[in-house]
Amino acid sequence: MRRFDYIRPASVPEALAAGQVPGTAFLAAGTNLVDLMKGGVATPERIVDITRLPGLSAIERLPDGTTRVGALVRNSDLAYDPAFAKAYPMVAEALLAGASAQLRNAATVGGNLMQRTRCQYFTDAVSPCNKRAPGSGCAALGHATRIHAVQGWSEHCIATHPSDFCVPLAALDAVVEIAGPDGAREVPLTAFHLLPGDHPERETDLRQAELITALRLPPEAASFRGHARYLKVRDRTSYAFAVVSAAAALTLEAGGRIGQARLALGGLALKPWRVAEAEAALAGQAPVPEAFAKAADAALAGAKPTGEANAFKIELARRVAIRALTQAAAGTPARIPALPASPFGIV
Amino acid sequence: MTIPLRLTLNGQPREIALDDPRVTLLDLLRERLGLTGAKKGCDRGQCGACTVLVDGRRINSCLTLAASLDGAEVLTIEGLAEGDRLHPVQAAFIAHDGFQCGFCTPGQIMSAVGLIREGHAGTDPERIREGMSGNLCRCGAYAGILDAVQDAAARTEHREDAA
Amino acid sequence: MTATSTPASNLPAGAIRHGSSIGQPLTRRDGPLKVTGQARFSADNLPPGTLHAALCVARIAKGRVTGLDVAAAEAHPGVVAVMTPQNAPALAKDPDAKDGPFTFRLDLLQNDTVRYANQPIAVVIAETLEAATEGARLLAPTYAAETPRIGLDSGAVFTPDSVGVGAPPVEIDGDVEAGLAAASKTIAATYETPAQYHNAMEPHAAVASWDGNRLTLHMPTQALAMSQGRLAGLFGISPDDIHIESPYLGGGFGSKGVPAGPQVLACMAAKLVGKPVKLVPTRSQMYGPMGHRGPTRQTIRLGADAAGKLTALDHHIRTASSSFDDFFEPAGRATSTLYASPAIAIRHEAVRLDTGTPLFMRAPGEATGSVALESALDEMAFALGMDPLEFRLANYAEVEPITGKPFSSKALRDCYRRGAEAFGWAGRPLQPRQTRDRDGFLVGTGMGTATFPALIFEGMARAEIRADGTGTVELGAIDMGQGSWTALAQIAADGLGIGMDALTFRMGSSDLPNAGIAGGSGHTATAGGAIHAAAGDVIRQLADLATNDPASPLYGAGNAGVTAAGGRLARRDDPSRSEAIADILRRAGRASIEGQGKAGADPAAQASYAMHAHGAVFAEVKVDPELGQIRVSRLTGAFAAGRVINPRLVQSQYYGGMIWGLSFALHERAEMDPRTGRFLNDNLAEYHVPVNADVPALEAILVHEDDAVVNALGVKGVGEIGITGTVGAIANAVWHATGVRVREMPITLDKLLG
Repeated sequence: MRRFDYIRPASVPEALAAGQVPGTAFLAAGTNLVDLMKGGVATPERIVDITRLPGLSAIERLPDGTTRVGALVRNSDLAYDPAFAKAYPMVAEALLAGASAQLRNAATVGGNLMQRTRCQYFTDAVSPCNKRAPGSGCAALGHATRIHAVQGWSEHCIATHPSDFCVPLAALDAVVEIAGPDGAREVPLTAFHLLPGDHPERETDLRQAELITALRLPPEAASFRGHARYLKVRDRTSYAFAVVSAAAALTLEAGGRIGQARLALGGLALKPWRVAEAEAALAGQAPVPEAFAKAADAALAGAKPTGEANAFKIELARRVAIRALTQAAAGTPARIPALPASPFGIV
Repeated sequence: MTIPLRLTLNGQPREIALDDPRVTLLDLLRERLGLTGAKKGCDRGQCGACTVLVDGRRINSCLTLAASLDGAEVLTIEGLAEGDRLHPVQAAFIAHDGFQCGFCTPGQIMSAVGLIREGHAGTDPERIREGMSGNLCRCGAYAGILDAVQDAAARTEHREDAA
Repeated sequence: MTATSTPASNLPAGAIRHGSSIGQPLTRRDGPLKVTGQARFSADNLPPGTLHAALCVARIAKGRVTGLDVAAAEAHPGVVAVMTPQNAPALAKDPDAKDGPFTFRLDLLQNDTVRYANQPIAVVIAETLEAATEGARLLAPTYAAETPRIGLDSGAVFTPDSVGVGAPPVEIDGDVEAGLAAASKTIAATYETPAQYHNAMEPHAAVASWDGNRLTLHMPTQALAMSQGRLAGLFGISPDDIHIESPYLGGGFGSKGVPAGPQVLACMAAKLVGKPVKLVPTRSQMYGPMGHRGPTRQTIRLGADAAGKLTALDHHIRTASSSFDDFFEPAGRATSTLYASPAIAIRHEAVRLDTGTPLFMRAPGEATGSVALESALDEMAFALGMDPLEFRLANYAEVEPITGKPFSSKALRDCYRRGAEAFGWAGRPLQPRQTRDRDGFLVGTGMGTATFPALIFEGMARAEIRADGTGTVELGAIDMGQGSWTALAQIAADGLGIGMDALTFRMGSSDLPNAGIAGGSGHTATAGGAIHAAAGDVIRQLADLATNDPASPLYGAGNAGVTAAGGRLARRDDPSRSEAIADILRRAGRASIEGQGKAGADPAAQASYAMHAHGAVFAEVKVDPELGQIRVSRLTGAFAAGRVINPRLVQSQYYGGMIWGLSFALHERAEMDPRTGRFLNDNLAEYHVPVNADVPALEAILVHEDDAVVNALGVKGVGEIGITGTVGAIANAVWHATGVRVREMPITLDKLLG
């Protein structure tokens, strides 16, 4: 690990000031950053330790029904917060489908948004990688594996975003609150992560010295509480990244038809994959397999494999989307989270 | 650059002058404080052998910078037994043969203690299996681990009921 | 702190036996140390003044190192030295010289050549681990890279001189082509198994210190004396000047049988800096210089007559070794012992790849070969319309095929019967994709036969009994999780006729008598046999004293013989005539009696008998019909492996093997980029081994088997057999659930999507 200066600010303003020096990284729990530093992928010269900054660890319910989650809330605390899990059951499911209990006890909400791709050519610290070393090329392109993208990739980068948590957040129109030297601003989560395009080195909308301070779920996000599921398919029953995942949420009207629908897919792209047409296709429809299949088709429109090894993910994602919608229509289980958040999940 | 660090380590207050901010909690314990119970199996948060409790919660000590723990309470496997009296989880691991080589065992046990404290799994085998899945055991002692955690969880519940 | 004696609730019925230490389901004697963090594994040692070392490894698979930024590493605060081919201490012997089947070529900084990815190319020694690790990164090597050979279709195909350790690459009995021609049904299928890595939880650590020409080493090893010998050769010193402490291994699985290159590098680094050095490779650095299970591609052709009797069994294997050394996965071994067929042909061929050298990995050969064989048997049973178990019974080998030798014992029929009963095999539909559970998952069941040879190596032990009634047994035995600290002590206590509490038992150090290799599932036979002999030597001397002493109640019992139990010797023909061991010694004026013992193969018995453990494994899997995700829901194994020393530990060994089988079937696969030869998953996040949630309810039935021939104790090995039937059972169950026959391991969900 590269040597670094260690700075422990006492407040958000102090942290922002300390973060202005180039080469600085903010350290929350470090479950991803320290890992990347050990691998030589991240080599910050300064660490600004925000682990215990005051004021960023609350889960608040605002009068208008918005839920505001401080950036330093630990993943497990959020998932097991009874009110939160009841209002946003698929977020709790996704949180508990990620990593291990130990990592969830440490990892923070803000850190989860900032986690980097698991692309082997990015993490090996030596292969050509436009994300890690802009302009060096993309070694993954010639040998894509099952973790690589089938949506939203470019010839410069075919990586995927590994987060479970961000998938239902994208579906629920979560908003990221950001503090920076120039003041506070906010960005919809769906715009926070950037597709690679010509600049895979730009991963998020966050700028130098900016800090995520909170995550907001708008009032309507809770309206899906009765019909929301996160489904994760992986190569091991637990403690594995998603091959493909889906967050599906519905509101059902009195006649049983779908009011609103939300659908986001994980494991396909550098950001949670959410397609407006897929959701629109469901509005006003009866919650039947044909409708779900149409929505899934729309969500996968334009998908293109990056190699033989990941072509299966397109059809798998289609089926996962249909299953997640089917499960959502059947209703949120009484006990959340259902464990594990896999096809074998116990309700 | 020396970083002053105050920890409560296995119940004892410790003041540590940390010589290097790169030191993880695991390496602090193992290489500087002589507490070698927590093990390094991967050093990357992928195996759970380094699990300890920080402020009562199980975490991977290999991914935690020691410097960030100023003021924290750390409990390691060395601090679990009360004198010669094994913690119920420790005794259950022996009784149910919840280990073979024993290398992942301190992490498994600390993880089980954390799991029982969290209180979400009870004695449900599926929830225990899921909750213990952050601790790899290459020998394949999972059946014994499950039995041990169920047994210890039941005893702990029983004790709490009685109390 | 004492171990609780509460028996585990899941012990087989009747497991507890009284009247001796052998047979008791004692809890592990090392348990209290292991659950409190006090058991000192190699990397837990830090002698005063120890420096930390870190490896710099090659990130190409073939070529040369053209540059190392030694200055940058040396300039890093805390770095003490950088060891490269330029300054590495000279060795007394070329590490590429071979002097025996267990000598493997090592990469010890002798030149700038790179033969595989993750090969060590430099070592940085520093005052702290942090400085050493960063120093290694700062070396930023440059290379002249060449295109590596990766994959079984690379390079020239040849027939190796031998496979495994000295086994013939080709075995032919009868005329397979004629058998196939005469068959009423034939099948041919090709199966692939990937490269797998041992991934013991404990890395191959070494803490080395030199005192002149004497080396003290804390190092996990499965073979103390062999390690001493290898190191003695490399450093040009006497094995007696090498002291290895290896009381606990954090798993071995074959990867710690011989010292790995990085462990020798630790010794060289300590020599270079003149201080103790601790070197613990990172997890990814274990993918290369520590061995692995070689990949295989196996084609099996079977012929059977209308009654379901095999007419031909043809097993063709392609495997791979490294470019520079020989270890060929002996995947055909099980085929030569398991099923009766008038014609059997086994052929191994190989290619050479730019990888580290493969090595023994838990059930080497039997595990890989059994996947293909048990899958093919299942395919043939279905083609014949026979129940897979009936088909195996129809081809039961009454004598060992090819050699024609009788089995020293073979309770396989009992294993089939008891396993099938416990599992509920009867009534299984022959057709696949017939069953769904109430959640809509496809359910399938499958079975496989398990087999592993009963091996024994050379081993020695020392025993002593004292006038106070206590005894000591010591030998350089190894506990890597199999339970030697407990099971061998049970043998020792019974051998001396004393209770466990009167026994001092020492092992795990090279200063003790050479107890051979802890491998090949032969350690209990070997070390236990040596203990049995050493204790027998003590008892013989005691008996001589007593039976020749008119003052003893045992006087004149010479011909009748005596038994030792409960601290007393008793006449075999009249147990009421007995005397305390302490009294015999006291009267003879002896403070103690020491005995020596040896174990080893009995050539006469080996010439006359085939010796194998057997078992039957039954698996139930559930598969999501649309998403392909697989979960093993039940595993039942029934195993017969001779005498059981400690049923609790044996059960755990079977469970462990069965979980390895599950891992082989569904999870493990090392992936490399074929362009660079670099690993894509040299870590525990992406090289999957099962987690707790992957492992279902397990059942291991200990089938009674007496064997008077196999060795003095009548024990066969239990450490490896559990894998062998399990992989095939799961693969067959997946087929039975889905109708999809996956012949490429591991079986992952994408292969079932349809």
